[in-house]
Amino acid sequence: MKILVPVKRVIDYNVRPRVKPDGSGVDLANVKMSMNPFDEIAVEEAIRLKEKGAASEIVAVSIGPAKAQETLRTALAMGADRAILVQSDDEVEPLAVAKILKAIVDEEQPGMVLMGKQAIDDDSNQTGQMLAALWGRPQGTFASKVEVAGGDVKVTREVDGGLETVTLKLPAVVTTDLRLNEPRYASLPNIMKAKSKPLAMKTAADYGVDTAPRLKVTRVTEPPVRQAGIKVGSVDELVAKLKALGVA
Amino acid sequence: MKTLVLVEHDNQQLKDATLATVTAAARLGEVHLLVAGKGCRAVAEAAARIAGVGKVHLADNAAYEHQLAENVAPFVVGLMADHDAFLAPATTTGKNVAPRVAALLDVMQVSDVIAIEGERTFKRPIYAGNAIATVESSDAKLVITVRGTAFEKAAAEGGAAAIEEVAGPGDAGLSTFVGLEAEASERPELTSAKVIVSGGRALKDAATFEQVIVPLADKLGAAVGASRAAVDAGYVPNDYQVGQTGKIVAPQVYIAIGISGAIQHLAGMKDSKTIMAINKDEDAPIFQIADIGLVGDLFQIVPELTAKL
Repeated sequence: MKILVPVKRVIDYNVRPRVKPDGSGVDLANVKMSMNPFDEIAVEEAIRLKEKGAASEIVAVSIGPAKAQETLRTALAMGADRAILVQSDDEVEPLAVAKILKAIVDEEQPGMVLMGKQAIDDDSNQTGQMLAALWGRPQGTFASKVEVAGGDVKVTREVDGGLETVTLKLPAVVTTDLRLNEPRYASLPNIMKAKSKPLAMKTAADYGVDTAPRLKVTRVTEPPVRQAGIKVGSVDELVAKLKALGVA
Repeated sequence: MKTLVLVEHDNQQLKDATLATVTAAARLGEVHLLVAGKGCRAVAEAAARIAGVGKVHLADNAAYEHQLAENVAPFVVGLMADHDAFLAPATTTGKNVAPRVAALLDVMQVSDVIAIEGERTFKRPIYAGNAIATVESSDAKLVITVRGTAFEKAAAEGGAAAIEEVAGPGDAGLSTFVGLEAEASERPELTSAKVIVSGGRALKDAATFEQVIVPLADKLGAAVGASRAAVDAGYVPNDYQVGQTGKIVAPQVYIAIGISGAIQHLAGMKDSKTIMAINKDEDAPIFQIADIGLVGDLFQIVPELTAKL
């Protein structure tokens, strides 16, 4: 079984995003960029499935700027076999990303698409579900456990009420949640090896997908700032405050 | 505008998240609800009593019992022929189903809406709540998920909408529900609790968390939450997690105990009415947003507080 793993280049999760003073967006100039953490978990899971013999080949895909090649090289260094970059210098919305991925799926015919549940920049949490819809295949979102058995995949999902388990017919889309695994670090020899792994360069036009945005971002602002309150000196004062708030 | 709201329920009871979504839908126009489930007529009856609801579509079919997106989404798409906007609560159910609907309608979904600025203009948090984007949709139909804590709940009583039974396409044959491992608890649910007592990594281990946090929560009739650090360390199950990647909460009082206040956590609770923080580190970021803070050893403070309440 071939596994397709879409990965996105985003602001590093340790960096605090700064809104541009003109309200046009978040300032990404000279900011450290990394692979979306949820996607890193997806790459790791694909490698584990390959190590278990459940997968034969891992293809990493990214839709983004030329620099997303670095992100794909990271996936290759972790253990993906080859990569495809669909180059676009403009922001591509989840719906258009899903359409491009659908076209790649038609070409590659994977048994599973494993991807992050959301990207930590736009926080949309849509692409996996959209791809599954366009592909007419089932979806296992917010996965904390993935088990392949025969023509099915059993996915344990992190839902509001606890953990839900579903069985999906393959091929299927699985989106990863935080606790699925702890991604490995690429070793130096593997980083060197990744440099010679194949990386194909494409454009959205190659797949006949229109990436014109449907949502116009008219303004980006800082969230309202919450002011620090007071510090009290004793438990008795805390009790008094709780009583004043009417909850004790 | 005619809107269709996906009712969140467990086939017996309507979940509170629906009420805030109804408020958001009413801002756009006429509100119709969809109750898809199995043996869920009581839910449809409760839905019909929500103030401001025009009509309830009820589909009673085993294929919809567990809200499998593969079965529910095509059904919603069919109903959207007569509606202009589809809204779902931004819960794990809504987040699972809505994008599947959006793709089938060829619509770019607006996720996690916190404010409605106009018929097609919405505010939504991005970058874990570190920025707020105003977006304008150019799609013919709207697909929206609604952050429950950002809208008042519609009154659960006062309406008298008609219930119309509709037959959906049924089982798509792609997915099967196996089971739900639910956390059985007498305590209120995190997302609807008035008071939340939340613990962080400083609680040391699962037993200490239980001994320190739980008695205080019980005294206050509060829900129990946790930071991601506490969940990752295995002190409590993952559905206790408050934060950008966990639950987004906005109770009347949020008590953060031994929580330093990582951005990730703050994004999940900073809309609480009153934030109280107990931490031994007076420079902890949590104190920058707390209304009431007490610096000190939580292992002395919390038992004393519990005893004095």
